[in-house]
Amino acid sequence: MSLGPYASFIVTSYVLVAAVVLLLIVWIIADYRRQQTRLKEIEASGITRRSGRSAADIR
Amino acid sequence: MKLTETLTDLANPTRFLALTARILPWLAGVTAILLAIGLYQSAMAPDDYQQGATVKIMFIHVPNAWLSMFVWSVMSVAALGTLVWRHPLADVAAKAAAPIGAAFTFLALVTGSLWGRPMWGTYWEWDARLTSVLILFLMYLGLIALWRAVEDPSRAARAAAVLTLVGAINIPIIKFSVDWWNTLHQPASVMRMGGSTLDKAFLWPLLVMAIAFSLLFVTLHLAAMRNEILRRRVRSLQMMQASRVTFASEAGAGSRDGSAPKGAA
Repeated sequence: MSLGPYASFIVTSYVLVAAVVLLLIVWIIADYRRQQTRLKEIEASGITRRSGRSAADIR
Repeated sequence: MKLTETLTDLANPTRFLALTARILPWLAGVTAILLAIGLYQSAMAPDDYQQGATVKIMFIHVPNAWLSMFVWSVMSVAALGTLVWRHPLADVAAKAAAPIGAAFTFLALVTGSLWGRPMWGTYWEWDARLTSVLILFLMYLGLIALWRAVEDPSRAARAAAVLTLVGAINIPIIKFSVDWWNTLHQPASVMRMGGSTLDKAFLWPLLVMAIAFSLLFVTLHLAAMRNEILRRRVRSLQMMQASRVTFASEAGAGSRDGSAPKGAA
């Protein structure tokens, strides 16, 4: 597969899209873990929801 | 009736979280498979007789450009949900979609620019299509800033919903800019009256990539909504924690200076 004289433009486009999509995925996963950790810390300090269910439990 | 019941069911964040926990792994799997197929088809697509291999940029530029407008449309429906139906998850949906929409718009702008340089001879031209998409990107950033600036989520929700609906006027302007004004950008070649002008060798990879990117958006959006619901739970628990600390310290101070109520009598 030859990309011709403008290969750098094509490769840069694909690499950039891959990088931004990966960044989005990593950011969302990291945010999820951060929120779960904070919920567990708060619940460990004795603060619970009125329903009595764990706030970190999403199932 | 069925749709109303489903929407009412999903208004319960706990049910919504349970649903996302079940479907997210499947959505992520299907998205990954479709992206792999789309990328393979894009790599194998023939060169265009005029553009050569640079036509491959189309397979990532066009889905991102479509999604930049689609995400704002989703946010506009969510804004109506906030202002009219007061659906509890409408604001969560809008807030979670904004950074993802901004990322797709950024990618549409940059890949378009990288495609424009070899084809048009310039990275940027202040024409109607490019400028209106740049305005869309700035509006995404403005909305994200608004949500961050206002601490109370319900107050931020109403302001953001109004701004989103006002900004929705830009979507038809972007779509029809190539018909209304003379622009460097080509007119619609896929979604147009009379059918697509694209050859099937380009159309199929493009459609597969468009579906894959749409599913990627749905997956990321559901995951981001789940995070936003958890963030609001953290906030409400922190407020409970703060009110308990305040109450305990006030009660402690009251008992030390003897002013604490010692029985109703």
